[in-house]
Amino acid sequence: MRSKSKIFAVLALLAALLPAAGAFADEVNIYSSRKEALIKPLLDRFTEQTGIAVNLVTGKDGALLQRLKSEGMNSPADLLITADAGNLYRAKAAGVTQPFVSEALTASIPETYRDPEGHWVGLTLRARPILYAKDRVDQKTLSTYEALADPAFKGRICIRSSDNIYNQSLVASLIAADGLEATETWAKGLVANLARPPKGGDRDQIKAAAAGECDLAVANTYYLAGMLKSQDPAERAAAEAVAVFWPNQDGRGTHVNISGAAVTASAKHKEAAVALVEFLATPEAQAWYAEANGEYPVGEGVALSPTLAGWGPFKADDLNLGRLGELNAEAVRLMDRAGWR
Amino acid sequence: MSSATAPEAVRPEATPSAKPSTTGSSRRSEGRLWSAGSVGLALLMAVPVLVILGFVLVPAGDSWRHLAATVLPGYVANSLLLMLGVALGTLIGGVGTAWLTSMCQFPGRGLLEWALLLPMAMPAYIIAYTYTGMLDYAGPLQTALRALTGWGYGDYWMPEVRSLAGAAVMLSLVLYPYVYLLTRAAFLGQSICVLDVSRTLGSGPWQSFYRVALPLARPAIVAGLSLALMETLADYGTVKYFGVQTFTTGIFRTWYGLGDTAGAAQLSALLLGLVIVLVALEKGSRRHARYHHTSQRHQAIRRHRLHGWRAALALTFCALPVLLGFLIPAGQLGIWALTVAEEAYDARFLRLTLNSLGLAAAAALLALGLALLLGYAKRLHPSPAVLASVRLAGLGYALPGTVIAIGVIIPFAWLDNSIDAWMRATFGVSTGLLLSGTLAALLFAYLVRFLAVSLQTVEAGLGKIRPSTDDAARALGLRPAGVLWRVHVPLLRGTLLTAALLVFVDVLKELPATLILRPFNFNTLAVRAFELASDERLADSAPAALMIVGAGLIPVILLSRSITSSRHVQTP
Repeated sequence: MRSKSKIFAVLALLAALLPAAGAFADEVNIYSSRKEALIKPLLDRFTEQTGIAVNLVTGKDGALLQRLKSEGMNSPADLLITADAGNLYRAKAAGVTQPFVSEALTASIPETYRDPEGHWVGLTLRARPILYAKDRVDQKTLSTYEALADPAFKGRICIRSSDNIYNQSLVASLIAADGLEATETWAKGLVANLARPPKGGDRDQIKAAAAGECDLAVANTYYLAGMLKSQDPAERAAAEAVAVFWPNQDGRGTHVNISGAAVTASAKHKEAAVALVEFLATPEAQAWYAEANGEYPVGEGVALSPTLAGWGPFKADDLNLGRLGELNAEAVRLMDRAGWR
Repeated sequence: MSSATAPEAVRPEATPSAKPSTTGSSRRSEGRLWSAGSVGLALLMAVPVLVILGFVLVPAGDSWRHLAATVLPGYVANSLLLMLGVALGTLIGGVGTAWLTSMCQFPGRGLLEWALLLPMAMPAYIIAYTYTGMLDYAGPLQTALRALTGWGYGDYWMPEVRSLAGAAVMLSLVLYPYVYLLTRAAFLGQSICVLDVSRTLGSGPWQSFYRVALPLARPAIVAGLSLALMETLADYGTVKYFGVQTFTTGIFRTWYGLGDTAGAAQLSALLLGLVIVLVALEKGSRRHARYHHTSQRHQAIRRHRLHGWRAALALTFCALPVLLGFLIPAGQLGIWALTVAEEAYDARFLRLTLNSLGLAAAAALLALGLALLLGYAKRLHPSPAVLASVRLAGLGYALPGTVIAIGVIIPFAWLDNSIDAWMRATFGVSTGLLLSGTLAALLFAYLVRFLAVSLQTVEAGLGKIRPSTDDAARALGLRPAGVLWRVHVPLLRGTLLTAALLVFVDVLKELPATLILRPFNFNTLAVRAFELASDERLADSAPAALMIVGAGLIPVILLSRSITSSRHVQTP
């Protein structure tokens, strides 16, 4: 029996390592597909200000959603935080979220970035413009996402794999704007223009553009902001070699996604959860997002960091982001057919 | 780790009655208990795999037809090519180095003998990130080259790291130690007399390698290779980062991209089918061959001394995997870690390390105990039920960790919710979720995922003990549990340590299941390293990555000591 009791001792030791989740009467439990480093400082500040403890598990969207679905009404989660709108839509469709009303949120967050039935709200904006190599590209030659399929850009574009949710959302927004057929033709044209098979993340596309492997990269702006702040001089140099071009300014606007939050159907601390979402939408929290993460604030009237301000104002696509979720599977199939790896 | 193997520790529970009985009927019933118990345990371990297989019955959308018509053939071809590449890489690297270090003497051999295991401490996705950071077009090497020569894009040729071939190399570099470790143990355990006999019968050194040593080591080589290949099939991190689309990509694309859980689970089931076929083919080709030793004579290996260019060649061949699989990537991680050192190391970092070590140790002990019970049950009663259930229990290794995690979440949540509903109905109290979201669920997932590792190792060890040893022990009045505990465990001490340490290192590196099953506010080194690396902050992820490698080093060094010292233990 000794070995057994030792195993239990090990387990007990492990259990003791855990902070006592549930020890606080007032707490919020979060399942988040946003990385810990990108939200933890704000959560800590919320706890400081309100005394409400915040417990966090991070993970991948699909897996977190399955966990929520399986756990059902006994799930400890109060809040689901994701890095895109499509997964919020999917959680709502799976029935694991509930509507919540908050005047503060209705006032501070534009309608485009809220679920029409009040199940989720956006917390930050993530713009996906075209980045171009300053020394090789005249920005007058750039216009829209649609134009990226133009043969003039043959062998000059870098973009990451279609496995990535940001590309899936971008294509979903094109389907919403131009229709399925036109978008498929566009995707084939884009694939034909790629400088290399898609690989790596957004930063890799920026680095490739800076290094001359391609002239244009499609990437989210906060990666560029992150590179500009990097401790690695080579990474800073790469970021400084490219500039931001806001496409579709004469039309619907540049594609944006959100990171956002939904209150779960099983929430046992709904009030505290809504209070946390409200806190994340305050100008103070929004300014932190902009400064630390390089994301755009979702509300109006928040001062931008010098980096973001330097890229100038832009018109964002005003498509309701729930549509991105609806069209996501369609977008993936389309990219498969177009041979976008 | 030694506590589980102390002889007096388990005996009371393993032999239920105080006095050993020698009557035939009680022996038979004990035998039945062993079979039934092991089938039950194996099936419990197989629950997540069965849950995934069960999805075959759920009607899925038309994702299947879409995938088959567009991308699936390419994914399958890539998976097969990748497996082929990794098989070649790990066989050449693993068997070659194992033979050289155990049979030949050359400068640096003593050091390389254990250093060859070092790449095992390196998680595949981390080595992939590291090499890309170093060698990519925009990386320091090529940038320096261009600055030096004035070349531009397209002026020179450079192998592309992020490609299918690159992925095969990366995976081979971190997976060859499995083949090396098991093959080397087999070479060392072979009676040198057998080799001597082959030499007196006129074989040259190469001939006796090909015709005697290699065939005799086949179970060990196959065990190592199948671990490497299953790990390759389950890999998602490396192939995703390299943009190589494999079968696993298809699973996750169906799940995340198309939002079709059932379709993704069915693809996973197909993957398992492939593994089952492979395993069956190997078993079939081996048929009734037996690999235990019949000689009791053992002599210390007289290593063949190499001189001149042969020694240099052997040294290069054995040093290369260590250099590429460990020294270079660890060095790069070290450089990155230094740039962020002041922010990275704090009290929270210590906590991460303790979490990782604690989980790995607990999982290693449990996996070892299970492997011993199941491996011995197979030896005792190789009935179809026992064989099939044990085989099923070992399949978890070929599934991506996230898929295993889903196979754990579904039954655990169902059990928790059922208990809760029953308690509410009967006593009016809610028990909530008892197991879901606890470390117990996570440990269970580790066992499901890594049982194959300990099982393969223990089975390979048991296979080398002559059945007559069991017979003799039984004839002398020991019960089956007594044979296991008093004969096999002491004989297998080195093997058992190997099995436990392999699981320990694997759990230390494990990411996807940990990510999804861990309790609130619980992080490990792998989670930290991944979160930062996947956010494309390679330098920030380096301290945690380096710590995983560092923490993995101690068991790896213990491992190599154990295989050298266990040389004589395997024969009585």
